[in-house]
Amino acid sequence: MIRPRLIVIGNGMAGMRTVEELLKLKPDLYDITVFGDEPYTNYNRIMLSPVLAKEQTIPDIILNDENWYAEHGITLHKGVRVERIERKKCEVITRDGQAHPYDRVLIATGSRAFIPPLPGADLPGVVGFRSIADVDTMLAVCREGGHAVVIGGGLLGLEAAAGLVSHGMNVTVLHRNGNVMDRQLDGVAGRILEKTLEDRGISIRLNAHTASLHGTGRVESVRLKDGTELQADLVVMAAGIRPNIDVALNSRIYCENGIVVDDTLQTYDPKIYAVGECVQHRKECYGLVAPLFEQAKVCANHLALYGIAKYTGSMTSTKLKVTGVDVFSAGEIQAKPYHEEMVLADAARGVYKKVILNNNMIEGAVMVGDTMDGAWYFQLMRDKTDVTALRDHLLFGQAHVGNSGHGAKARVASLPDSAEICGCNGVCKGDVVKAIKEHKLFTLDEVRARTKASASCGSCTGLVEDLLASTLGGDYSAAPSVKPMCGCTDATHDEVRTGIIRHELKTIRTVFDQFSWKTEDGCAKCRPALNYYLLCAWPDTYQDDAQSRFINERVHANIQKDGTYSVIPRIWGGVTSPSELKAMAEVAERYAIPTVKFTGGQRLDLLGVKKEQLPHVWRDLSAAGFVSGHGYGKALRTVKTCVGKEWCRFGTQDSTALGIRLEKLTWGSWMPHKFKIAVSGCPRNCAEATVKDLGVVCVDSGFELHVGGNAGIKVRVTDFLCKVATEDEVVEYTQAFIQMYREEAHYLDRTAPWIERVGLPYIQRRLIEDSAGRKALAARFIHSQQFSQTDPWTERAEGKDAHEFAEPLVLA
Amino acid sequence: MSSTWFTVGQLADIPRLGAKVVHWQGTPIAIFRTQTDEVFALEDHCPHKQGPLSQGIVHDRKVTCPLHGWVIALDKGTAMAPDEGCTPGYSVRVTDGVIEIEMKHLDALPPTATA
Ligand code: SRM
Ligand SMILES: Cc1cc2nc3c(=O)[nH]c(=O)nc-3n(C[C@H](O)[C@H](O)[C@H](O)COP(=O)(O)OP(=O)(O)OC[C@H]3O[C@@H](n4cnc5c(N)ncnc54)[C@H](O)[C@@H]3O)c2cc1C
Ligand code: SF4
Ligand code: FES
Repeated sequence: MIRPRLIVIGNGMAGMRTVEELLKLKPDLYDITVFGDEPYTNYNRIMLSPVLAKEQTIPDIILNDENWYAEHGITLHKGVRVERIERKKCEVITRDGQAHPYDRVLIATGSRAFIPPLPGADLPGVVGFRSIADVDTMLAVCREGGHAVVIGGGLLGLEAAAGLVSHGMNVTVLHRNGNVMDRQLDGVAGRILEKTLEDRGISIRLNAHTASLHGTGRVESVRLKDGTELQADLVVMAAGIRPNIDVALNSRIYCENGIVVDDTLQTYDPKIYAVGECVQHRKECYGLVAPLFEQAKVCANHLALYGIAKYTGSMTSTKLKVTGVDVFSAGEIQAKPYHEEMVLADAARGVYKKVILNNNMIEGAVMVGDTMDGAWYFQLMRDKTDVTALRDHLLFGQAHVGNSGHGAKARVASLPDSAEICGCNGVCKGDVVKAIKEHKLFTLDEVRARTKASASCGSCTGLVEDLLASTLGGDYSAAPSVKPMCGCTDATHDEVRTGIIRHELKTIRTVFDQFSWKTEDGCAKCRPALNYYLLCAWPDTYQDDAQSRFINERVHANIQKDGTYSVIPRIWGGVTSPSELKAMAEVAERYAIPTVKFTGGQRLDLLGVKKEQLPHVWRDLSAAGFVSGHGYGKALRTVKTCVGKEWCRFGTQDSTALGIRLEKLTWGSWMPHKFKIAVSGCPRNCAEATVKDLGVVCVDSGFELHVGGNAGIKVRVTDFLCKVATEDEVVEYTQAFIQMYREEAHYLDRTAPWIERVGLPYIQRRLIEDSAGRKALAARFIHSQQFSQTDPWTERAEGKDAHEFAEPLVLA
Repeated sequence: MSSTWFTVGQLADIPRLGAKVVHWQGTPIAIFRTQTDEVFALEDHCPHKQGPLSQGIVHDRKVTCPLHGWVIALDKGTAMAPDEGCTPGYSVRVTDGVIEIEMKHLDALPPTATA
């Protein structure tokens, strides 16, 4: 089989991450060839700092070895530089003149150290800090008592300086501005950091301007503009980075500072994509891995021809990776006139924390000496959380807010390996650290997937992020922050939901007005959401807007790829009878329905029904006692049951009857997304209750309730909510849980992501500890059910929405 | 080249932000009504995978296809970026609440080829 050829230029972190993401989606789509001008397989560039400090070795930081490339059928050309792309001929030309034909190209050439044009800058002994080769050069010069000058007191410069000092070198950092890391730190923080570094033997010269480098044969000294002369066996240039865009320029691909790409990471040539530090996206070039990994994911989605992902830019945070020196920074570093600043400074302990607020939302954080809460502030900042309630404790950290669940003294870096990080899943620090190292994990999601830490209630998320940061040293990407509902508005789901109640908004149009929608009619994303939010808020009076419903819900059947529909009648608890089966069989024959299939939800599906036949099919089904199964709706789907104690030798309760009772109570209710229930008669759990939105597992002494399961795209096992003694309690908890989900989840959130967002403890507080609240929720559910338990099929069989089902007019 | 205006029904037959389908020589045609009572006609096939646009969600002068969510401009039939493609359109007019559609007879050629 001939596959399209994908050529990747640059064997670095962003390029290979894109390939990994692509292999996850479409392992066999392309014939992949990779060119990298470094003589190594893909490695973790971030970890060059610990390698320089001799805390790690080169083999430790290799991300993918030769076997990996071979296993995935990828041809790797190490040490081969690409010169240009012949776009007309669709060929990539290497420096040695070879031409390699392609169908798609991914440019991921990264960036290089900026070497200021100073006299003597080309002398041997002058290096950047970018690659294994640079580190090798530095290590070769390193000796006890030697002299090194680092030009640039930013992140890279300080990490280089710390590495060199650990070899006994005399290191001087020259920095142009008034404090080190001035792009990430304010003056006070800079001062504390400078002191900490000076205590370690690094001398720092601020406002220092280099004039020239001198030496015969190799560098020997550095001269400053004020005339000072510094001895130097090694000069590290850490004065910034420049995107590698020469390949793109040689190929006449549009570049500004970087290669310009759109939200799909496509360059101006649609066959050519670009990711990583070499690109410029919405005027930004990034120099940290977290945004690059986000780009990689989106780019892979497009290379895999899914074409649905979008990269819209990233918010970044910085940590300095010098062992024992804690520095964190994100967002704004200096308060503007409209900002409010909260500062905690403890010079004696070398601790400084500053949080910048605008309108009670965090817009920046700078921390030195104690960065435990950096991840937490960053999260609050990205989520635009209103911190009014946290203000008093904000600077003392998350532990003081009583939200970490691990006590105030938890200092993640100093915890023993046996310390439990994730209480829900019993994961210890050692497990997490080992997984991060062995499986080269970079993100919170990856750690969740591997170890389950933070995958349940989420209260240990901050700790896991800190472990990632301290193990990886570098940055990591977390879930995207809370966003506006869609492009039509700046309002978030939560703002709209509260606004509807507060301002008593009763129609979609009044919501548009209240929140200044930018489009006339909204779009296919926001309108269905608003229709649902209004319906949930005003169950007795809201007039459902059919035109704001997705076709399946508008016509109460699932559209199929050929434009016909499927019909799934409700089979209460999965129990049927000979007469019901006969009735179904007759309907299928009468209307010549092409396919009858058992669904995965214990019922029968009639597939291939023409739209205009639907009311007739429904009329006949309804005459036989069937009602809609809502297999098309963001609504209660099935209640799956097992045979239970009626028949099964292990059954402890009548799970079948309980399931039917629950289905009779809950059918017809509209929800943020579909909702599935199951009842199993014993812990063998034949009804698979622990992957449902709500699962009941019967035991001798009562009923275990489990919530938040999902067996779809991303499997999630339920969380155990509580155990109750009677069926009536099962009913009350079910109603209360459903109502809470209906009232609080975002549209199109299943219970699983909702619970991950709000945390199980919150749900438990509302449903278990607050019994009055639970009863009130259940009562609201019962109230709203009065208005939703009319069978939509019977109504339409009797003529409702007739225009939807009319025979199309034939023009002649 | 001659053309005929066919009456396809009353404006009031179609809900605002809704659509109805008519057939012409075997081709389904979707007729859309916007919030401001503008009327547009497009062949009822999405340029992506032939999804029935008539069953989509209408907003402003656009329709979102029910199958995979492409957004098609009602006036031109073109897919909105980042997607690419186009669906043939037809001329329509509304007189005294009656909708008419224009069908061109380019002799032997089917109507889609002229649009
Ligand atoms: C018919 C059925 C497949 C079958 O032949 O068995 C089915 C068919 C569809 N499923 Fe399903 N799912 C069916 C059981 C399931 C199950 C199994 C179950 O419920 O026990 C799952 C996994 C359990 C779960 O939901 O956690 C399942 C997970 C999904 C998902 C992924 C949901 C998720 O949250 O990850 C989707 C996509 C979505 O909803 O956005 C989906 C979407 C769909 C859609 C609606 C796709 C679509 O949008 O058109 C399919 C409609 C086909 C149709 O017109 O009938 N279907 N689907 C099953 C109907 C059950 C029923 O009686 O109502
Ligand atoms: C010492 C150091 C510490 C860092 N610390 C952190 C940190 O703590 N946190 C963080 O988030 N980020 C950190 N970074 C930044 C991070 O490493 C980069 O953001 C990341 O590596 C960029 O990935 P990339 O794929 O775009 O570029 P690279 O990883 O540089 O990969 C590009 C590759 O393409 C090759 N190449 C270039 N041109 C050609 C050509 N024409 N033909 C063939 N091959 C070519 C290059 O040699 C290189 O191998 C650090 C960087 C360094 C150097
Ligand atoms: S798994 Fe579900 S959504 Fe996918 S093809 Fe089967 S029925 Fe359709
Ligand atoms: S067929 Fe219309 S979006 Fe796929």
